[in-house]
Amino acid sequence: MKPVRFRDGVRAALPLALAPILFGASFGLLAGDAGMGRVGAIVMSATTFAGSAQFAAASILDSGGGAAAAVVAAALLNARYVPISVSVASIFPGSWWRRLLESQLIVDESWALAGRAGRFDHPVLVGAGLLFYVLWVSGTALGTVAGDLLDPNAIGLDAAFPALFLALLVPYLRSRRAVAAALAATVITFVLIPFTPAGVPVVAASVACLLGIRR
Amino acid sequence: MSIAWMVVVLVGVLTILFKASGPVFIGRKRLPPRLLALVEVLAPAMLAALVVTQAVGGDRRLVYDERLLGLAAAVVALRLRAPLLAVMVVAAATAAVARLLR
Repeated sequence: MKPVRFRDGVRAALPLALAPILFGASFGLLAGDAGMGRVGAIVMSATTFAGSAQFAAASILDSGGGAAAAVVAAALLNARYVPISVSVASIFPGSWWRRLLESQLIVDESWALAGRAGRFDHPVLVGAGLLFYVLWVSGTALGTVAGDLLDPNAIGLDAAFPALFLALLVPYLRSRRAVAAALAATVITFVLIPFTPAGVPVVAASVACLLGIRR
Repeated sequence: MSIAWMVVVLVGVLTILFKASGPVFIGRKRLPPRLLALVEVLAPAMLAALVVTQAVGGDRRLVYDERLLGLAAAVVALRLRAPLLAVMVVAAATAAVARLLR
């Protein structure tokens, strides 16, 4: 079998390259309105590097919602990175600080692409994550000066993401346990969305898996 | 420090810790079999949850809009064994066209 390389990850991520640029620019614009300033927006993209949480925090600040509400909303949205990060704990080599740095490249998309072979590939996660990182931070920087480039939803980018995650889910559905877990997660997420703050449904779906395997 | 900067720093630190939790705090330690079984089903569960939130998630409500049409088109493309990129393009194009026609 051919060894998996870093550039395989970059290549896998390339078709998605437009998304972090456009969404990054939208965030840069919104963050400016929310009082973060140019530097604050770029620093947030470089440290948090998680779209939905950044949008949530910035829009709460923008609408005068207060720091606590913004931090709680973003933390709930990003809490899913705990189970996601645990699922790839063993693939990161090297010293603890290298693992700390590289683990910051975990985003939904790089994680999902890294798992497409049925096991998680470290070079794919790092390659894809690094490309997304560079584009996300530069997209944000661009947005703070140039404003919105193009409404990502006008070209249907918001519909491309559920399709991406579905396409990456299908190969997992070979074992009965995986099908059961996916079904349970679907139902739980669906039911909780109207009743809980954003982010909670996804975390609840992973906790339900934990309870499910205790039997 | 301004309120916005406080948010930037706090959210940044929390997210860095969340993302590091697996590789840094667990690392290559051998997991007990039970936890290993959990990790195996975690990926399909998280992916399914992401599909739902991205397709119908709204601000504390379910929103049925053009994203669902895109997802339906993606299902067809997947059935036809289209490659990943084609599946995403089909979904995006379907949603974009449906929005134009609205």
